[in-house]
Amino acid sequence: MAGADHITVAKTNGVNVIEFNDRKILDELSINELGDQLKEVADAERAVRILLNFQNVEHLSSAALGMLITLDKRVKEQKGQLKLSNINPQIYEVFKITRLNKLFQIHESASQAMGAF
Amino acid sequence: MVTPEPDPNVERTFHTIQVKSTFREAKLPEGEILKHVRAHGFCEEAIFAIKLALEEAMTNAVKHGNAGDASKDITVRFAVNAERAVIIVRDEGVGFEPESVPDPTTADRLSLPNGRGIMLMNAYMDDVQYRNNGREVYLVKRNRK
Repeated sequence: MAGADHITVAKTNGVNVIEFNDRKILDELSINELGDQLKEVADAERAVRILLNFQNVEHLSSAALGMLITLDKRVKEQKGQLKLSNINPQIYEVFKITRLNKLFQIHESASQAMGAF
Repeated sequence: MVTPEPDPNVERTFHTIQVKSTFREAKLPEGEILKHVRAHGFCEEAIFAIKLALEEAMTNAVKHGNAGDASKDITVRFAVNAERAVIIVRDEGVGFEPESVPDPTTADRLSLPNGRGIMLMNAYMDDVQYRNNGREVYLVKRNRK
């Protein structure tokens, strides 16, 4: 895989729990690489279940939001589920301003998200 | 002779950074600008806002303004004092009309992957102006201590 690993994936109870290795998900170059790495996880199985844990993430741009929307579409097309958790208040505000908190299933903690699959 | 600090009210005194219009070079001005912002004691909330708005402005300049033409330049001018930071990002494109950019939060556009940069700049900065037919965005963030 080209570029750095932007995610760490752990399989727990059939769910791909993904943590981000970067504190900033801002620039297009890393976001393109990150998007490719997430797509690989999404395409690896039918009806894939993915939890994106944002606990390490401190910054996020509109390009990152776009990448998440593309991932969400792909997962839904495959009858899978995508949930987000542990989004810090500053970043949650970005989701609220863009109203994407209505599009994504966002949970406060990873354990709450896991319970909702 | 000591060079005086740029004054956010006087644009001819601003620092200037010119980069090529690539995503790699577009990352370069951030470090220098944030160094000045931090040195003037801006709060974390303001730093978050500046980082986000600058990222959006630079991405727009590379992608839309200069339309992916790496031979073009992006010019970033900035000045910071204890009260406010002013950042001006200019591309060499054909310009655009900001009013023509649709609202990305309407039901029919919510699931589109792009079109949120201008909205985020407006939300996070205290003043956003498009000048020179949209080739230049003028961003202001006040420091709330």
